[in-house]
Amino acid sequence: MTQSLIHRILDYRNRANPYPLYEELRETPVLHEDGGPYVVGTYYEIRSLLHDPRISSDARNLASPAANPLADASQEEGALPPSFLKLDPPEHDRLRRMTNRPFGPPHAPHHIDGMRPELHDIITGLVDGIGDTGRIDLVEQVSYPFPVTVICRLLGVPREDEPRFHVWADTLAASLDPDPDADPADRGKVAHDARMELGMYLAGLIEERRKNPGDDMLSRLATAKGEDGPMTTMELLSTAALLLIAGHETTVNLITNGMLTLLRNPDVLERLRAEPRLAVPIVEELLRFEPPVQLVPQRTTLADVEVRGVTIPKGASLWLVLASGNRDPRRFADPDRFDPDRPDIQHLGLGSGIHSCFGAPLARLEAQLALAELARRLENPCLLEDPPPYRQNAVLRGPRHLHIACDGIRP
Amino acid sequence: MVGNGALEQLKREGRIVVVGASLAGLRAAETLRDEGFAGELTMIGDEPHEPYDRPPLSKSVLLGKASADRTALPRLRSVDATWRLGVPASGLDMAARRVRLADGAEVPYDRLLIATGVRARRWPHEGEAALDGVFVLRGRDDGAALARRLADGPRRVLVIGAGFTGSEIASACRERGHAVTVAERGGAPLVGALGGVVGAVAAELQRAHGVDLRTGVMVTALDGDAAGRVRAAQLSDGSTVETDVVVVSLGATRNTEWLAGSGLGAGPRGIACDAGCRAFDIRGIVTDDIYAAGDVARCPHPLFGYQFLSLEHWGNAVAQAEIAAHNMLSESVDRVPHMEVPAFWSSQFGINIKSVGVPSMGTEILISQGSLESRRFVGVYGYQGRVIGAVAFDQARWLPFYQELIEATAPFPPTFATVDRRPDGQRPMDADFPDPSVPSHGPTVTVSGYSPADRRMTFAPAH
Repeated sequence: MTQSLIHRILDYRNRANPYPLYEELRETPVLHEDGGPYVVGTYYEIRSLLHDPRISSDARNLASPAANPLADASQEEGALPPSFLKLDPPEHDRLRRMTNRPFGPPHAPHHIDGMRPELHDIITGLVDGIGDTGRIDLVEQVSYPFPVTVICRLLGVPREDEPRFHVWADTLAASLDPDPDADPADRGKVAHDARMELGMYLAGLIEERRKNPGDDMLSRLATAKGEDGPMTTMELLSTAALLLIAGHETTVNLITNGMLTLLRNPDVLERLRAEPRLAVPIVEELLRFEPPVQLVPQRTTLADVEVRGVTIPKGASLWLVLASGNRDPRRFADPDRFDPDRPDIQHLGLGSGIHSCFGAPLARLEAQLALAELARRLENPCLLEDPPPYRQNAVLRGPRHLHIACDGIRP
Repeated sequence: MVGNGALEQLKREGRIVVVGASLAGLRAAETLRDEGFAGELTMIGDEPHEPYDRPPLSKSVLLGKASADRTALPRLRSVDATWRLGVPASGLDMAARRVRLADGAEVPYDRLLIATGVRARRWPHEGEAALDGVFVLRGRDDGAALARRLADGPRRVLVIGAGFTGSEIASACRERGHAVTVAERGGAPLVGALGGVVGAVAAELQRAHGVDLRTGVMVTALDGDAAGRVRAAQLSDGSTVETDVVVVSLGATRNTEWLAGSGLGAGPRGIACDAGCRAFDIRGIVTDDIYAAGDVARCPHPLFGYQFLSLEHWGNAVAQAEIAAHNMLSESVDRVPHMEVPAFWSSQFGINIKSVGVPSMGTEILISQGSLESRRFVGVYGYQGRVIGAVAFDQARWLPFYQELIEATAPFPPTFATVDRRPDGQRPMDADFPDPSVPSHGPTVTVSGYSPADRRMTFAPAH
């Protein structure tokens, strides 16, 4: 018997190239196998469902959590309350609004752009420090440290504590997508411990910032007073953890997928080297072509919802495969071609609707700066391994390592 | 190849004239060139300015965050046109295919696009309208003049009419710290566009932001001082408002007077055209060489019973301009209809208001998400058992869903569960629109019946 399509999508052996599976997925309006989740992979239907108020992001509305193989394990006893990513309005709106106040427009329209010089210094420093150009692991040396450093600075995490975040973040990201060979009990305990340690650390930091606020985001959130009231310590912990994890697990992959794609398309890499402003359309096309969040696995229906003639019953687990929608030929001509010159690129890479990527302006800027800097400074870069080894995670998909070599680093 | 070659000749060496050099005119010109029109293109505009964007005029310009002369529209491509700016069109000879200009010149055309838009309705009493300190807000010069006067720090600003523009002006003035009185003939702000249920929220919003809101009253007279400066307004309830700035915000008048007697189906409700933007003549026969787009056009819409619909919306101007330009250069089988679902937005008092469909056709409203009390909600409008429109206060990201309901003529009231459905959002209420025959600030969406040559409409503020 052949494996179900959902299992093949989750199967690690297909991680390097899931796109033929998505093509198969798009042949069915709504895929539903063996009592599992309802899976949608076509562009227009995903876009509609992202704006559909009958769709909840709150796992408490699931009729049967067991139906979702990607159910979040973090809703255990003693864990943090759900972050706004996993809440519906009005709680979602309140927390996201409060979090946005020190982060972006309308209250802080210049915040992200104001970070540009600091971001530029960080990426320059990382490329300066590459060392042996015969074998570079781009993930370890650039893609990972860059966004971790940025998010820590944004939040106001002391620099000496940054290495501890790598460990916690990696553990938590892996817990979203368990290694099938590992012992589930061990796995659960490791993730649980990481969450507890991160929570205790952040609680201490929040306490400290309440007493001595700086101009970092954590201080601003900890001292917020407005129409929405203050954030409770528990809410603030959840929000900070969300920003830490979501803020870099995705950007790591955007940068790594970006460099991998550019090395597979050397003509585009050469154009970027000559014309750094091309980083803007390149990053948009990357968000379509190799989106760091492949699918949204945590939605559920509050009512029976009809999608192209198929009824998804109330309480069902719903997956929206953004990466498949981005390759839908009904929406994008020649969708499997990486083409930064596309005139019309309204991709789903950052989602849409009320849960559209909170950190989008920061992620875009980080990826643009990183790719432009790498293109400019690496002399004759090439891939040492293609495809590279991938992370287990089917949702936050990206290479675990990206080994490349180059002839030298330009000043 | 289709056709007899006339179209190819038009594209190669024809003459296209666009009357109206604003958003619709510019986007149409760009589309014409995009679609391969290589002939002579003439842009006629009554204002001396190159095409500019209007939405900032009642928002960032009044706040002093943007300058009125820095609102030029971005050019999407070069249009290589002859610009005749600062001279209004004054007449049309359909038989000779000529546009007459106010300076006596005549411009011949093979295809004509009319995008003359609307203008602000002036204060009806001429002597009072001429007082120093009395403003309207429609154009760039209006915006610049009002912004300058606000920068002088008036003691009080009186806004007459609490439609979208009036409310945005009041919002900007409050944000600048000026004392503001708003006088509205209807029962609440925005009542013509969104009805009384939502209007009540808009009223609370204004009052919470310190606006002295007077509803159910009319301004009956403006008083000037010896130097010809406005100093007070008399209200129909017998009260007097001492003020040194008055902004008349009583809706818009369509710029169609220049077409009087031309034989085109143009009147106070706009220029009637078919779904492909071709204008009708007064006999109800569609022309094949005259097109209309933007605020001045009224088009039959299949979702709204094929009644003619006029929309004073930014997005509509762009969509209609592109369709008119495309159809002008297309064989009949290649023409496309204008079927966009109306949509508009406004920002005022810190709230983003967005609407889809035609709320003003609705008779009932149901608050499907959020609550009126929190001022964050989605309201769905029903008409004869179907969803006809929706409005969102700080909840705009859900509107694409409601647009799909409108397009699908989904049943009203919607019964399904949604996120943030409150107990008081289970039952529809009377949407409470005012009697449309009672003029107020006027909605920016108007359904105007079936007659392409409808020339009857009078606006008579009662004095």
